[in-house]
Amino acid sequence: MFGLGKQVEYFNFSWKNQSWNLWFLVGSIIGGYIAIHFLQSPTPIKLSSTTITDLQKLNVSFDGYLEPASIFNWNFLLTVRGMIVFLGGGFLIGFGTRYAGGCTSGHAITGLSSLQLPSLIAVIGFFIGGLFTTHFLYPIIFK
Amino acid sequence: MKAIRYILTGVLFGIIMTKSEAVSWYRIQEMFRFQSIFMYGIIGTAVITGIILVAIIKKYRLKSFDGRPVQFYPKDKRWKKYLIGGSIFGIGWALTGACPGPIFVLLGQGYTVMMMVIVGALAGTLVYGILRDWLPQ
Repeated sequence: MFGLGKQVEYFNFSWKNQSWNLWFLVGSIIGGYIAIHFLQSPTPIKLSSTTITDLQKLNVSFDGYLEPASIFNWNFLLTVRGMIVFLGGGFLIGFGTRYAGGCTSGHAITGLSSLQLPSLIAVIGFFIGGLFTTHFLYPIIFK
Repeated sequence: MKAIRYILTGVLFGIIMTKSEAVSWYRIQEMFRFQSIFMYGIIGTAVITGIILVAIIKKYRLKSFDGRPVQFYPKDKRWKKYLIGGSIFGIGWALTGACPGPIFVLLGQGYTVMMMVIVGALAGTLVYGILRDWLPQ
């Protein structure tokens, strides 16, 4: 990848054999577009009222859509908090997914479906990390 | 055009992830607070469907559409990477409210801020690739 394969063995893979991944992502983008423009769901989504109250305590109001408009915009993104959430979050997703050898689909769904213990350990990890963000990072970032 | 099959699978994935609300940041917050069965219902149903499909694929030795038999490789048993890597992923999952697939679905929905998540994820993958040999596996 960009000549990296020569320096780092991990990036020494065949683009051709892996191209299906990229086609799937192209499809996912199109699928998201179709779903939001032609198959609109009723709003507000029926989020648990306890979650709504908890998020309010963090100054995140529930606006009824799938994503909070107050966070998913460029003005928020271009703040220190926004960069921690999106750039930092993305970094950890990329690093963690590769380190654990899979993400929600690879471990939680496919891995558990084929009854593999390593996937159960990975899923326990997902929740350790998720609970850490929820109870320690969010109060720091949003309060 | 083999690519079209992968694209169509992706389209289906994008629609289902949106309509099931699994791409919702709010739903992920709800899940990590254990305040609704919603996400557990989606993941649980997917796992049950998966168990049945894996059993069928193994029983009838089904082939993928390029004609090769579908095989399930046992994951290696070193547990550290699953626990540590999984925890790192979990922090990012809860922060962005999206795992790798939904990042692209949300981009398709018009949330251009997801481009920053993609930049971050690529950087994370790059750093992992470089550090891999020094990390506990």
